[in-house]
Amino acid sequence: MYDAQITAVDTHSAAASLVGASVKFGNFTAISNISLDIDVGGFWTILGPSGCGKSTLLRLVSDLVPAASGTLKIFGKSTEEARLAREFAFVFQDATLLPWRSALSNVELPLEIGRKRGVKIPVGDKTPMELLEMVGLKGRENALPHELSGGMRQRVAIARALVCQPKLLLMDEPFGALDEMTRDRLNLQILDIWRETGTTILFVTHSITEAVFLGQKILMLQAHPGRVKKIIDIDLPEPREIRVRETPKFNKYCGELRELLEEC
Amino acid sequence: MSDIGAALEQGSNTDAETDTTEPSAVSGKLADILIPIGTAIGLVLVWQFGVRIFGVPEYIAPAPSDVAAEFVKEFPLLLRNFWPTFYESVTGFFVGNLTAILIAVAFVHSRTVERAFFPIAVFINTIPILAIAPILVLIFGAGMTAKVIIAALICFFPTLVNMVRGLQAVSPQALELSRILSASKSEVFWKIRLPSSLPFLFSALKIAATTCVIGAIVGEWIGADLGLGALIIDSTFNYRSSLLYSTVFMSSGLSVLLFAAVSIAEKLVVRW
Repeated sequence: MYDAQITAVDTHSAAASLVGASVKFGNFTAISNISLDIDVGGFWTILGPSGCGKSTLLRLVSDLVPAASGTLKIFGKSTEEARLAREFAFVFQDATLLPWRSALSNVELPLEIGRKRGVKIPVGDKTPMELLEMVGLKGRENALPHELSGGMRQRVAIARALVCQPKLLLMDEPFGALDEMTRDRLNLQILDIWRETGTTILFVTHSITEAVFLGQKILMLQAHPGRVKKIIDIDLPEPREIRVRETPKFNKYCGELRELLEEC
Repeated sequence: MSDIGAALEQGSNTDAETDTTEPSAVSGKLADILIPIGTAIGLVLVWQFGVRIFGVPEYIAPAPSDVAAEFVKEFPLLLRNFWPTFYESVTGFFVGNLTAILIAVAFVHSRTVERAFFPIAVFINTIPILAIAPILVLIFGAGMTAKVIIAALICFFPTLVNMVRGLQAVSPQALELSRILSASKSEVFWKIRLPSSLPFLFSALKIAATTCVIGAIVGEWIGADLGLGALIIDSTFNYRSSLLYSTVFMSSGLSVLLFAAVSIAEKLVVRW
């Protein structure tokens, strides 16, 4: 159902639209000449060898690093405009919670910050409390981050990212530091959230299984300099269940990707 | 500078470790209390009998019983000298730490200010407090002001170094988060930098709680009629050893009091 939108030329129908975008750190080219459209409502996973610019790509989209050349539009706006409109939110590998704030208060942080810089803070449909409930942390709202497990902390970070109802959710290896059981559970949870909120998700991972399991599309990058290797459509039954991983089709995708990664 | 900070931080870590002793081992906790108390009692007994057995005259080394008796007898005198030192220490504590905090904030906000003033701060720190104390007493006279300044000076440097470290100890990701949220500089300061500096600040304040007393006493040595420092000089020159020892205990009692106050404040403020 997303296929129709992927090749859309009209930038306004794209969640993120890159044309010849490059990022340089001094003389080092982290990303070179990437052109691509992320469809609205899509779930894209980004995969690639280390040094391929996966994280840099997310940082470019989220206005953390400037483009050295090329253009980049988020829902037709510049990255700065999109940032000020809270069009996107970011989930880091480390939950990055403020340790002195309770879970609830951490979720509320985005509502308190930014007015001085001209952000019109959008109020989401769900209150911070309801978001904590949605990620399964009802009753833990007053806990301090150090009282929560790694998985719980990451769920608080996800709730915080959702509080302004972003149209684009950028996730940088958010479950990379978690054990496999927790990771599976959070994978299912993020799919639920994606379906429920209709937000577009860009999800960086270094796990092939995770990329195939979550992604409607996989953006494969290659290194030196970071550029697009291939975009792969993943056609698996929806809604995805853990069982799908045992199917031959799933394993075929994984095998294909592994070969592509080795070529990189 | 980072070495000092690391050492200070390490000091606070060991505090934290002793604080989190598991209550499960009740006998272990009891032993934690009994062993040091037993050792202290043992040492006092050795001192008591050593002095008696070797017939050491009281003016050279008084027995603990003599000190205790003198402490009770001269308690009003000790208390009269306690309060001036208390006020000087506490005022110096606030002045020194507040100045250090404000300068640390300025340093973190402007590298130029840091480059201009940090070497001066280091230089001031290298002057022995005993050498600068007479200068300050000459300038400010024998009143409270000189002692407060000396106490403040002694607190200043550790707090400055630790506070700068604390304000800079924000994770790069937290700063990226604040960028994405379009936080202003003041929002980053009040909502992220300042709270994350508090554990560092309290490590420094614990050091300052004991050193400010030293500063006040050193100031009183140079010139004062009243105060624990003045009483130490007075009882030394009059060979009143028992009174001298009592005054020393009173001084360390003051340090313990201030240290405890800072520790309680830390427990209330730094809950994470």
